[in-house]
Amino acid sequence: MVVARPLTEGELDRVFHALADATRRDILSRAIHGEESVSALSRHYSMSLPAVQKHVAVLERAALVTKKRRGREQIVHANGSMIAKAVALLDQYEALWIERADRIADVLAAADVLAPADEGERP
Amino acid sequence: MTVISTIKDSENLTLTLVADLDATPEQVWAVWEDPRTLERWWGPPTWPATFTRHDFVVGGESRYHMTGPDGETSRGYWQMQAIDKPNRIDFMNGLAGPDGEPAPDMPPMSGHVTFEARGAGTRMTAVSRFLDLAQMETMLGRGMAEGMGEAIGQIDKILATGPA
Repeated sequence: MVVARPLTEGELDRVFHALADATRRDILSRAIHGEESVSALSRHYSMSLPAVQKHVAVLERAALVTKKRRGREQIVHANGSMIAKAVALLDQYEALWIERADRIADVLAAADVLAPADEGERP
Repeated sequence: MTVISTIKDSENLTLTLVADLDATPEQVWAVWEDPRTLERWWGPPTWPATFTRHDFVVGGESRYHMTGPDGETSRGYWQMQAIDKPNRIDFMNGLAGPDGEPAPDMPPMSGHVTFEARGAGTRMTAVSRFLDLAQMETMLGRGMAEGMGEAIGQIDKILATGPA
């Protein structure tokens, strides 16, 4: 069950838009695994600093990252709660598939599932 | 232990499940190909699936519905993109509207399933790929999440009654 509050339509649209771009997914990934400044992030990509700033802004609007000032630098932090949302949904889907796999095993163990090679076409 | 591993990638929104099954690839294939057998595991116990169409060929489509405890239904469809018996299935899985046909405003998720012989058994690897969080929520929201954790009773029933 989703424990967290469901996302609103607007939030979903922004998250969808933000995650639809490979550079933004990469920026998010880097923000999850470390804390880099916008200028440090920009060195990973063959694009201008303003272009990277735009990508970060899109991620900010989707609430996937936040920026915090540290000295002269803007550090990009991943927003745990929004990412937790994705993780929670994946957890549910994982549970669904584990149960499906277990049911497949049980169906196969039941004696009535025959070797299809001997049966010809099934309906 | 049927399920060997799962990999959840929350950045790319994919789930990879690896399961070792005690049957040949042909037998495992049959639980996907035969709609009556597919129905016995696709839906959670409280939301059993009924496949009213299952064209298990490249370009073929399926229509199914899952029926909840209060008789409510959740409708979905598959579109088969690759069928390589008994090795690989690629399909799109989406939600359908009240008429049972694909809902145009909800893009489908994709599933990639492979089967490899390992000794006397089969390793099944199922990769589910989502477009975005909204899709994940929608796909899970319609009745799927509710039925989790209740599989035990259904398994006992299948074993006790034999053919469904």
